[in-house]
Amino acid sequence: MIDTGNYIAAKAAVMAKPDVVAAYPITPQTTVVEGIANYLEKGEFTGEYICVESEHSAMSACIGASAMGVRTFTATSSHGLLLMHEMLHWAALARLPIVMCNINRVIGPGWNIWADENDSISQRDTGWIQFYCSSNQEIFDTIIQSYKLAENEKVLLPVMINYNAFILSHTSMPVDIPDQREIDEFLPKFKPKWNLDINNPVTFGNIIGPEYYIKVRKAMQDAHKNAKKLIPEIAREWKKKFGRFHGDLLEKYRCDDAEYILLAMGAIAAESKVAVDEMQRKGLKIGLARIRTFRPFPKESILQLSENADLIVIDRNISVGSEGVLFNEVKAALYHKSDARVNGFITGLGGRDVTYKDIESMCRKTVEGKANECEWYGI
Amino acid sequence: MGKTGSWRVFRPVVDRLKCVKCLRCWVFCPEGVVRREEDGTVSIDYEYCKGCGICAAECKVKAITLVREEGDGGK
Amino acid sequence: MAIKDFPIEEYVLPGSAACPGCPATIALRIVLKALGKKTVMIVPACCTAVIESLYPHTSFNIPVMNIAFEAAAAGAAGVEAALRKLGKNDVTVLAWAGDGGTYDIGLQALSGALERETNFIYICYNNQIYSNTGIQRSGATPYAAWTTTTVGGKKEFRKEMGDIIRAHHIPYSAQTCISYPDDLYNKVKKAKEIEGPKYIEILTPCPPGWRFSMEKTVEMGRLAVETGVWALYECKNDVVTFNGKSRLILENKIKRVPIEEWMRPQGRFKHLFVPKKDVKRIKALEEHIEKIWERYRKYYI
Repeated sequence: MIDTGNYIAAKAAVMAKPDVVAAYPITPQTTVVEGIANYLEKGEFTGEYICVESEHSAMSACIGASAMGVRTFTATSSHGLLLMHEMLHWAALARLPIVMCNINRVIGPGWNIWADENDSISQRDTGWIQFYCSSNQEIFDTIIQSYKLAENEKVLLPVMINYNAFILSHTSMPVDIPDQREIDEFLPKFKPKWNLDINNPVTFGNIIGPEYYIKVRKAMQDAHKNAKKLIPEIAREWKKKFGRFHGDLLEKYRCDDAEYILLAMGAIAAESKVAVDEMQRKGLKIGLARIRTFRPFPKESILQLSENADLIVIDRNISVGSEGVLFNEVKAALYHKSDARVNGFITGLGGRDVTYKDIESMCRKTVEGKANECEWYGI
Repeated sequence: MGKTGSWRVFRPVVDRLKCVKCLRCWVFCPEGVVRREEDGTVSIDYEYCKGCGICAAECKVKAITLVREEGDGGK
Repeated sequence: MAIKDFPIEEYVLPGSAACPGCPATIALRIVLKALGKKTVMIVPACCTAVIESLYPHTSFNIPVMNIAFEAAAAGAAGVEAALRKLGKNDVTVLAWAGDGGTYDIGLQALSGALERETNFIYICYNNQIYSNTGIQRSGATPYAAWTTTTVGGKKEFRKEMGDIIRAHHIPYSAQTCISYPDDLYNKVKKAKEIEGPKYIEILTPCPPGWRFSMEKTVEMGRLAVETGVWALYECKNDVVTFNGKSRLILENKIKRVPIEEWMRPQGRFKHLFVPKKDVKRIKALEEHIEKIWERYRKYYI
């Protein structure tokens, strides 16, 4: 199948057989929900489809449905994700395995619909598992894998699958789509650990004192730790069954003997592969570690990478008043444990194109010792 | 759930001889602590009665009176 | 149905964290008697989120999902969709929200759920204030009432939520009051039997919020109806029928009791009577209520 990231996401969502989809349109997510609507019309999607009146309600409806013990899906982008913010926390604290696609888009003002990761990065602390995809195939595979991860009783957390606006959402690529039967084998029907049940009248989410609340937070953190173990396991199970592998928490690309390792996410990471090939061809020993999961954060893997290489981090986001967020977190991962130098670049904001040539020049500047610790590229 | 009767100031006392079994006290009790007895009259669960006095106020035949608690924790 | 025939089963358990004399628990006891065991309740931020008591306990003997303030109707829509998908057609979905969560912050989600023909009952228990947060004004607070955010008395008249609801042309909507348990019970029972979105608003006079003595909860509701501050009516398939005393007022068979009778026992209107009677503001509210009844008479007789 050759199709855009969004239609591939719609296909994956429908093949995961969610019982309830609740969504609200926003550019550039719209073709995901339109795709699902078309599958509904054709009878290929047999779940309930709620066309809500806002993203806040989309997430609220997913929360209600998930609390009833059924599988749910939604998709959004940018301002839609920001409007959901309160309910993102709610979904995670309620430990509901909702799966959502977020198409990374700029936050206004001014209005801008292009790629930028500040929307999802600013949801970092909501408790959601966050994947960043670099190809349409990865979008498909990650959506299916995400249900398996989210619904595992050692995890029970919502999952956000992020991919860049237009660069993936509206770009057609060939994608291998397994049979429904194979998907069903990989992803059996959801068996909830708890749900709203008239035969077991429990109250969920009522007032909770400090003695219990801190334990709830700790349990979420433990669930993320469990996810760290499960993400590679699920990825490998997928590889065994379908022959494709996009990496564990991060994907290493030509890192052997590398003196520098580039860290990036999303579309920039895909472009970085081209840059790495180009640079290695020219004799520069630079590899790539593509961050596949930003939450849970692959701290241990990054530390390991830093044993023999200095790191270069490219962020398509900024925590204004601080630095690029990935840069920030990479440094924290090394603190007191590694002597590796870390250089950070902020680029691509507002949908600025970042080509392999741009990536190469950022790397060269670092290698030549001309780069500041953290700097902007392409201003 | 707490034993909310412990902080009550007034306790409602039912005169079952006066009671006309209309059940207004039962339906209006915010706590659901007015018990329906087999003879159709009512009694109060003092463990949880908060002493609001709605039952006495709404009794058409004044079969419920409010009596000040003696500070014995509602027992 | 006569009170003595109401089901004996209790779904609001004694020992809750409600204030003494709480009208919300009176309402909820009756509502759940009408709906029965096969009910899932969605509760946004409101007094009931406190009344249900602290984790790991609960005061409710039905499954309850708490949700954010503005999200009751949307959360309920998700629950309803899941039930439909699961083929559980005999379970009632009840969204139970206060007036703040309905008139103000939850209005968008409510309107959306009504428009989408969500099969649920949305009940607003209206105590005319944000009482859980400590008595702030809401869109339901009456003119001239003191709240902690309208210290000299509210300057605006309350919103007509009933009109907003009826503009959605849903199969059933109603206004009732805790002081008329048979009216309340029957309306909930009726709503339960109807497919599609149902909206019921219950006037729930709040002792600490309205500043009256706690044994007067039921009396204050009765006075609200007798003065015409609140009307008992129902709207089935766009046909509005007034009930009980409100019907007699509508048809001019009885006169409304002067509004002062309802205001005077309430501390929130004290500044209109002490140190000196504020004739102007009392009259303004009286005239506003009269205008509402004139409109009712024009459209619903």
